Order: sequence, then C-alpha cells, then structure tokens
Amino acid sequence: MEAILQQFFNLDIMAKALPLVLKGLGVTLLICAVVIPLGALGGLVFAIGSVAKNRAVRWVSIAFVDLFRATPPLVLLIFIYAGLPFAGLKISPFAAVTVGFFLNNSAYFAEIFRAGLLSVPKGQGEAARSTGLTGAQTLLWVTLPQAVRNVLPDLLSNVVEVVKLTSLASVVSLGEMLHAAGLVRSVTYNASPLVLAAGLYLLLLWPLVRVIARFERRIAS
Amino acid sequence: MEVFLDQFLNPAVLAKYTPLILKGAGVTVLLSVLIVLAGIALGTALACLRAYRIAALSLPIVIYADIFRALPPLVLILLAYFGLPNVGVLLSSFTVLFLILTLVLAAFAEEIVWAGITATPKGQWEAARSTGLTFTWTLGHVVLPQALRMVIPPLTNRAIAITKMTALGMVIGVPDILGQATTAQSFSANASPLTLAAVAYVILFLPFVIASRWLEARFAPPGA
Repeated sequence: MEAILQQFFNLDIMAKALPLVLKGLGVTLLICAVVIPLGALGGLVFAIGSVAKNRAVRWVSIAFVDLFRATPPLVLLIFIYAGLPFAGLKISPFAAVTVGFFLNNSAYFAEIFRAGLLSVPKGQGEAARSTGLTGAQTLLWVTLPQAVRNVLPDLLSNVVEVVKLTSLASVVSLGEMLHAAGLVRSVTYNASPLVLAAGLYLLLLWPLVRVIARFERRIAS
Repeated sequence: MEVFLDQFLNPAVLAKYTPLILKGAGVTVLLSVLIVLAGIALGTALACLRAYRIAALSLPIVIYADIFRALPPLVLILLAYFGLPNVGVLLSSFTVLFLILTLVLAAFAEEIVWAGITATPKGQWEAARSTGLTFTWTLGHVVLPQALRMVIPPLTNRAIAITKMTALGMVIGVPDILGQATTAQSFSANASPLTLAAVAYVILFLPFVIASRWLEARFAPPGA
C-alpha cells in the first residue's frame, strides 16, 4: 500500500511535474482547437460527397472514408512524421499531427455526418426545393440542421475521441500533456506524473462523457 | 518520382522486410482476437450485473466504465507499463497491451450492452417473468439475446476501433506490425517498411470497416 502511494500518488513529484504538465495541457488544447474544426469541416465535405448524385464523387468519398477508418491513426502519424522526410519533405511534429489527424478525423466525422444526412426524410429536401430554394440552400438551411441534431451525441462522443487521440502526438515528441508527463516520469522513475496527467484528462473529459450518456438516454426514450 | 519509389516502394527493402511485417501481423491478429473476445465477454458480464440494480455493484461498474472511456488508452498503457514494475508487478509489454485494451473495450461494451438491455421493451421482462422464469433466466435467455442483436453495429464499430489501437503497442515495444515496421525502417534507413505496415493494416481492417457498414444497414432499427 505504502509502495503504491509512493509510486503512483507521490504528491511531491506531482507538484514538481505540475508546471510542465499544465504547459502540456495548453498544447493539448491547442491541438484540439486546430484539429477538431478541421476534421469536422473535412468530414462534412466528405459526408456530402458520399451522398452526392454523381457516382464518381460518391465512390471517391466513400473510399477515402473507409481507407482512413481502416488505418490506425498512429500508423498514419508515423508514416507522415518518419516517412515523409525520406522523400525530402521535412515536416514539424505539429504539422504531422495536424495532417495525420485531419485525415483520420475527417473520415470519422464524415461517417457520422453521413448517417445524419441519411436520417433526414427525403420529403424535407423535396419540400424545400419545391419552395424555390436551390440545392445548396436546401442543404444548408433544411437538411443539414436536422442531420446535425439527429447525430449530436455521436458528434460529441467523436470530439471526446479526438481529445483522447491527441495523446498520440507524444510519440512524435510534440510536447502535449502526455509527453510532458512522460518526460518527468523518465527522470524521476516514478509514475505519479502520469497519474497527474490522467487526472487532468479525466477533469477535461469526464463531464463530456456524462453529458453524452444523458443525451443518448434522452434520444433512446 | 524516382526518389519517391526508391524511398517508399524499394523492391529490395520490401522483399527483405515482408517476412518480419508478416510476423508482426501475426502478433496484431492474435492480440486483436484475444482483446475482442475478452473485452466483449467482460463488458457483457458487467452489463448483466448492472441489470440486477444493486447499488453496491452498479456504482463501481459505472465508475470503472466512465474512467476507462474518458482516459486516452495510451495514458493507461504507459501507466501500467512503467508504473506496475515499481510496485513489484512485472508484466510483458504484450500482456500490458492485452490487459489495458481489454479493459478499455470492456468499458465501452458494458455501456453499449447496458443501453441495449434498457432499450428492450418492459413487456419482454414481464411476459418472461409471468411464465415463471427466474430473473437470471429471463435476463440470460430472453432479454440479453434481443439486447445484443440491437447493439451489434455499435459494438462492431467499437471493437474495430479498439483493435486498431494494438498499434499503440509499438510505444512499449510490442513486436506487432507497427513495431516491426519502425524497427525495420530505422535499420534500413528507408520508408518502405512503413508503406508495408500501412498496407498490412488496410488489408487487415478494410474488410471489417466495409462489413460494419453492411451490418449497420442490416441491423438498422425500422424507420431509421
């Protein structure tokens, strides 16, 4: 028991790690602020593509989504970060993370938006068109709002997944929260900094997990 | 173009490291199968325990499920891999990866199966109980089969997402596909092993991604 407290919940070490870990948290939030909007936007584009009338557009969109849903994000990230320099393309960790997560997140967001678009009854679009709205106006003002509302819990739960995903950036030495905690761990030989980071992740994500659970229950009933 | 082919699809490097990547694929497949079986079994068992609505049982289950759904798996993996030896628990990197991803999948599976159990119409419970079946029998033979059927699509999606995370094993030195590929990449000073790894993952997981799309259409609730 004493050993567990000493090795996992050492307050002295946590206090020493706190400034660095908090700085890491800032980077984590920065990554989120960049990759979540980018991924959602990309996802929306590919979702609209995947339900397009044009067969070629539809197939390309679906192929993109399936390909990047089948590739583990860490593989993508390492391919970009460690692979591209071989082709003479030097890329910073932050750029690698942005590009890698954009491809991964777009695929996941696209699949969610697609389910949303398909859940809106056809009559809605037809009614809107018959009032004289253009196709783009119909999509923007009639179909999309309903689609987003129908998949709101899934969108939120994907946001949680993306925040969790940012921990992968530590593998390419981007100084986000897990990287900072891991750094302190490796010099103190003590797991407490990792527990500290875990605590901060919980603080950040647990409320969201609860909100999603509530949403899901309300929609189910 | 020349440079690109030489660096990413170098025939000599590809030929040399294909056996190694295949060996890694064996580890990835073995881990994935073990994690899916253990994770879904544990998650389903926990969801059933919750159905008895005994607070002393439900509360710890909910707390566990929340924590393991909210924390990034990589944090848990590093915590177990670097923390446990300090308190005298020595586990191989393979075991750590298996344990953590199983616990993560079980947490999600518990929530998904529980949602299925609560979504099963009350009349099913009442009808089964009124024929004289016990609570446990009703749960296991009437409610659970219907609940599981309902949650096949989300469960499949989650299982695929978690098995893809076996790639995280590379960080703690599990010789899976990505682990072998990064080692090979640094030995050969060539990116071709990474190409090989990406292709291997796509070959392994694309059929499941496409199958999950089909499952979703097949098991979609009527009217949706």
